[in-house]
Amino acid sequence: MMPLPWIMVFLPWVGALLLLSFPRLRVAAAVNIGCAASSFLLAIALFTVPHGEQGWTRIDALNLPFVLLAAFVALTTAIFSAAMIAGEGFDHWRIRAYHAAFQVFLGAQYLALLSDNLGVLWVAIEIATLASVLMVAVHRTPAAMEAAWKFFMICGFGIALALFGTILLYSAAQALLDAESGLSWAALKRVAARCDADTLNLAFVFLLVGYGTKAGLVPLHSWLPDAHAEGPIAISAVLSGLLLNAAMLAVLRAKAIIGAHPDTITTGPLLMALGLASVLLASLALWRRRDARRFFGWSSIEHMGIAAFAFGIGGPAANLAGLLHMIGHSLVKSAIFFGVGRAAQQKGSQKLADISGLIASDPWLGWGLALAIGAIAGLPPFLLFASEYGVLTAAMAAQPWLAATLALGLVVAMTALIHTLQALCFGTASPDLAAATGGAAVLAPLWLHLAVALILGLAMPAIFTGMLGAAAGIIG
Amino acid sequence: MTFGQLPYDLAHLLGGAVLLLSFVLLYQRRISAVINAFATQGALLALAAAWQGYVQGVTGLYVTAAIAFGAKAVLIPYALHRLVRRFNLQRGVDPALGIGASLIAGVALAGFAMMVVLPATAGQRALAREDLALALSVVLLGGLMMITRRNLISQVIGLLSLENGLILAAVGVAGMPLVMELSTAALVLMLAVIAGVFALQMGESFQSLDTESLQSHRGEGE
Repeated sequence: MMPLPWIMVFLPWVGALLLLSFPRLRVAAAVNIGCAASSFLLAIALFTVPHGEQGWTRIDALNLPFVLLAAFVALTTAIFSAAMIAGEGFDHWRIRAYHAAFQVFLGAQYLALLSDNLGVLWVAIEIATLASVLMVAVHRTPAAMEAAWKFFMICGFGIALALFGTILLYSAAQALLDAESGLSWAALKRVAARCDADTLNLAFVFLLVGYGTKAGLVPLHSWLPDAHAEGPIAISAVLSGLLLNAAMLAVLRAKAIIGAHPDTITTGPLLMALGLASVLLASLALWRRRDARRFFGWSSIEHMGIAAFAFGIGGPAANLAGLLHMIGHSLVKSAIFFGVGRAAQQKGSQKLADISGLIASDPWLGWGLALAIGAIAGLPPFLLFASEYGVLTAAMAAQPWLAATLALGLVVAMTALIHTLQALCFGTASPDLAAATGGAAVLAPLWLHLAVALILGLAMPAIFTGMLGAAAGIIG
Repeated sequence: MTFGQLPYDLAHLLGGAVLLLSFVLLYQRRISAVINAFATQGALLALAAAWQGYVQGVTGLYVTAAIAFGAKAVLIPYALHRLVRRFNLQRGVDPALGIGASLIAGVALAGFAMMVVLPATAGQRALAREDLALALSVVLLGGLMMITRRNLISQVIGLLSLENGLILAAVGVAGMPLVMELSTAALVLMLAVIAGVFALQMGESFQSLDTESLQSHRGEGE
């Protein structure tokens, strides 16, 4: 029988083929939820698989939590999407294309997370790009086309650099590898200590900038806010919740290989520099946004910057904080997009100026969104508070001056977020232009994500604590 | 393998020719000339891949060469020429940076690629090193073309020629696994880009194939 991780990858793709044949909205949305739910169950089952490689996939402490997280966010997003999609007014071709692209995207995400082979990893990230471009462009308005084109060109350039880095990495290790182990991450990591240090360094720079593009790190971040502002809002939730994590994990895999050689450049300062630049740029950019989805897109750049900074510091404590931060960000950011989606639907606009007083008009939505924005700003008691605190303490011990700069960025971003929180949720309600559709299925995912982020922040189950601790060791 | 031996010399010549075509791409002023230069680059890339297949004795590289020739020297240029004719786009390339300045920047980038790759790969065979340096130059020149051209087709060709550089790098590293699969996957991405251009045109969202017309839709809108 096929190994379980392979099924995890192929199930969504089979689902995608199936979804191409459903022209009816209700049926397609239901099948979409069904596929996502089966993937979620499979992701839980993956915890029983012994760690190690199975052909071109691998299971270890680093990817398991993220596969489970991805499957969870995918399931709630599918439910949210089913409730909201009727408002998009799609014809049957778009219904087919949208749902199929969603599942293709998910399969590519699982493949990117689970792959042991760096070539397969690259192909997975590429497929994810193609599928998400399609979903971003699905409305085919000029703005959507512009966003999709930018996404395509910048990410095309980025993943080209990542492939060049992969080729360099192989060329460094070529003499030490046999044909079978090829581009295997585990094999490369084993032989890295005997490779040529300079070639490894060069490869890392390309991999960092390449996959960093997809993770939304400065300087190739500019596709991200635009892509988050177009397409059905469920797409923004999975872009922030899944795609950025998969790309960041690819960077971490590269870091682990390079770090296995004693004489390479320390990869930390590079990651810290890109991370800090992302945080500072985003914290200022947040003040200038007028579009709600673009605003939270910029906030994703900030949070990936914080995570990159944490991995740059390195060591068990900082790595753990970085991983926790990625998990918390995925959960809370997708919750925010659920809330913003509902609000934009009610107000008939996604401009920040057109949305206000949500608590007065719809308390469940208003309070949910308020809590979620508070959580993303790093307020206690959610997971992001714990992780940001962890990053800052680790930074303070390692690099006090950089820690102070990071703290400055965090505070500037936090005030921007709180400012937006007040404008969106409090005050007098702006008039509703459309009746809310979808009922509880729209808000339940939001509150569920908040609850999970709360539980993980206060009392993380021991199995995850142990696993993430081991994962922090893998990154090195 | 070093200078004066046929496998090395010919591989070096073909790699250099691919890079030369990247420069040719940079100074064309007409779209159809850009497409023709790209087709020539694709054909040279196919030759380079086939020669590496012969030298390394890897049959998979012949397949890579055949795919590169079929797609990059024939199919894609044909599709682009049709696109240009059908939507009547016979005009200049609208460089955002002048032709002379682009060439100077191109020379600087090629020099930069040599300076970065050659010292960093000192431990490897000469052929692999030079191949990587040439390939990185092609990659960077493709990126330069993407940045300095406003015309949509020129930008696409910049990305396509950038990808030629990747294939050149992949075939030059002896024993690299998955070369065929990776080059095919990269090709799918490129075909999708071209399909995207078609979609942009068919949707009649824009009157011209000029990214300037997209600019007004970017960001927050003014």
